[in-house]
Amino acid sequence: MDVGRRDPVTGRTTTGHEWNGIEELNTPVPKVVLFFLAIGALFCLGYWLLMPAWPLGSTYTKGLLGNDQRRIVDQEVATAKAQRAAWLDKIQALDFAAIKSDPVLMQDVTKAGHVLFSDNCAACHGIKATGGPGFPDLTAKSWLWGGEPEKIAETIGIGINSTNDDTRVSQMLAFGRDGILDRQKITDVVAYVRSLSMPDAGSAESIEAGREVFAGNCVACHGKDAKGMHEQGAPDLTDSHWIYGGTLQDVYSTVYSGRQGHMPNWNARLTPAEIKLLALYVGQLGQAK
Amino acid sequence: MTKLTVTERQIGLIICLVVAAIGLAMAAAGRGEPFGVQGFTVLLLALALSGFIIARWDAPPPDRSLLEHYYDDPTKVGIVLTMFWAVIAMFVGVWVAALLAWPELTFDAAWASFGRLRPVHTSGVIFGFGGNALIATSFHVLQRTSRARLPDQLSPWFVLIGYNLFCIVAASGYLLGITQSKEYAEPEWYADLWLVIVWIVYFLIFVRTLARRKEPHIYVANWYYMAFILVVAILHIVNNLAVPISFGSAKSYSAFSGVQDAMTQWWYGHNAVAFFLTSGFLGMMYYYLPKRAGRPIFSYPLSLISFWGITFMYMWAGSHHLHYTALPQWVQTLGMTFSLVLLVPSWASAGNALATLNGAWHKVRDDATLRFMMVAAVFYGLSTFEGSFMAIRAVNSVSHYTDWTIGHVHGGALGWVAMITFGSIYALVPWMWKRPAIYSPKLVEVHFWLALSGTIVYVFSMWNSGIIQGLMWRTYNENGTLAYSFLDTVEAMHPYYIARTFGGLLFLLGAIVGTYNVLMTIRQARLERGVEAGGEVDLPLGRPAALPGE
Repeated sequence: MDVGRRDPVTGRTTTGHEWNGIEELNTPVPKVVLFFLAIGALFCLGYWLLMPAWPLGSTYTKGLLGNDQRRIVDQEVATAKAQRAAWLDKIQALDFAAIKSDPVLMQDVTKAGHVLFSDNCAACHGIKATGGPGFPDLTAKSWLWGGEPEKIAETIGIGINSTNDDTRVSQMLAFGRDGILDRQKITDVVAYVRSLSMPDAGSAESIEAGREVFAGNCVACHGKDAKGMHEQGAPDLTDSHWIYGGTLQDVYSTVYSGRQGHMPNWNARLTPAEIKLLALYVGQLGQAK
Repeated sequence: MTKLTVTERQIGLIICLVVAAIGLAMAAAGRGEPFGVQGFTVLLLALALSGFIIARWDAPPPDRSLLEHYYDDPTKVGIVLTMFWAVIAMFVGVWVAALLAWPELTFDAAWASFGRLRPVHTSGVIFGFGGNALIATSFHVLQRTSRARLPDQLSPWFVLIGYNLFCIVAASGYLLGITQSKEYAEPEWYADLWLVIVWIVYFLIFVRTLARRKEPHIYVANWYYMAFILVVAILHIVNNLAVPISFGSAKSYSAFSGVQDAMTQWWYGHNAVAFFLTSGFLGMMYYYLPKRAGRPIFSYPLSLISFWGITFMYMWAGSHHLHYTALPQWVQTLGMTFSLVLLVPSWASAGNALATLNGAWHKVRDDATLRFMMVAAVFYGLSTFEGSFMAIRAVNSVSHYTDWTIGHVHGGALGWVAMITFGSIYALVPWMWKRPAIYSPKLVEVHFWLALSGTIVYVFSMWNSGIIQGLMWRTYNENGTLAYSFLDTVEAMHPYYIARTFGGLLFLLGAIVGTYNVLMTIRQARLERGVEAGGEVDLPLGRPAALPGE
């Protein structure tokens, strides 16, 4: 190689080439670079010897360790399944009362329920299960279809107004849009319904008139005492919990246009044991509060 | 454009009209569909350029004295385009980062959804910002280190403008919902075909100029630029092999399917990092760093083994993106082992750059431009170390699919690619516009600290976020169920997403300051036109070329 001038800073000579003022020193490759290249090459050889590495036509070198990622993952899945089966089988076999009376088993329910709930239910009911406009608050203990674990499990399994043949069905009629009630009557019944859970919901006359409207139109589903009916999925109107909002505007709009919520049937996606587990988990959410 | 010969103007106009006709055909075939909008975009841009050429049709043809100078006009325009793309694409980057922290920022508009904006950011920074920087600097470096003028004046414009047409069609297509869903290769078949043509011309410019070089040897920077152009062509063509459902539609189907598709995609994807974001920018570093430092390259033999080490070993590394997948394990082994050894030539390159600064460290202290390049070399070293580390299967089982990957990419993209680009541009702009210095060295200093702090905030928040995420995903209760739901991990990410947005914002502010500084330098040069105030003293040109059409 050409030898150029000597660089005063490093004491090295340049290669003698120059490109628009740029020169290169002829410094030999530092030993440490060669050392690590050699280490790298040795590591590769060793690793290739031990692990599946090089293709040989239709097969490949299997490696001395016999490492096979498919076999390993199958084993790990089987181990985890067995680990879960230890308590999941009990959930499957025992009835709700028996599970509830077993505090150790209930710990498993709480841990697994949290993840099952967040992954499947939280999209609508919220990560804290407190719901939102159109989606019931599951911590409020104001159950549409009953709060016993058996009832909750059934709701989860078949859904509400879902595509499942056995689905729970419920509908709040559009009293205004379909001409069942005129605007004045709706205003009155809204005043009455709101007066059940909050003071100053309207004038005394309006509330009184609303009571009449309610008795004539609403009791079939919501009951004489307006406490709702689990058989119909009709909400309790006397508590402070509102699915679609409790403002004058919200309640008016509910009575005027009707409501029909939707919950998918989870039996198509979750196993019976998982549904059972979720029912227990959801059932105890309110208790914690 | 007035420097174009009459023949070049004629050919240029014909090309514009042919492109306009293609645009018109696309617009007609895709009436009422996004494909038609793409056609109109092409048509309008081609017509605008035709008008530009026609308006200068009668300008006197250039005389032969032109050939005694390097041809830098495309480089100048390329520098401005680089800065514009930086600001636009980094703004979109900050937006998508903010979207992850505050999802309502999508404004219920389809075009502003995360899935459409994100490729605008990635393509905008990689291809818009990075690509323009590579084209602009490569033309400059190629001529100076060959002591040869570009072979003609039309083809560099074709490459620069054609490339930007590709970028615009790609980015506007994403907003319309057009994508072939391959990461970093989202543009559809027609944009891909156009890029192939542009890229071949780009390659030919290099070969034609090098063939006429005055210097006996080809400088290292040109090896890297050539590797970048050649390999990107191969990657682009193979990964984009696809059959359009019709010539009147944007949609196409890939030639590959299943795990072969995944392997082809990540062979492409990782080598895009290698040959676009590494090799090309190493070419940049090899010219502007020693030039600015006024020091010879530390070691030619080291350059030699680094170059061949990097180009050989990167080719194998792509399968580390598919650890623990349906990809056969032996392919993963090869990807992992080559990725690990790749660290040696990578650190050799970074070390060669840093050792070149021996004897010039006082300049690094005082000159933010050189400091940009120095920090870039450091981040290059850090990112390649992290990359090799993450390619280890066991490490990858934590890091894969998490924000750690995003942090790693940005350590490389912000710390290495963008920093070396800004440093090179700050060095190049005064040379190109014949100024003694950049408009405001103080603002370069401001940009440097904004860029460095932005990068650090970004990378640290993504490391935290990614490692927490990876560990949460794999934590089990003793009863064999997962300890955390996906939503739990999303909640845990939230503070880091805010921090990341802030880091990105700092980096964007730096880019805006830099753009202002570059534009003010150009303005100063225009105000004092005729006063040759300074700039680079180049070696004279070697063998003159002939003007086409003579």
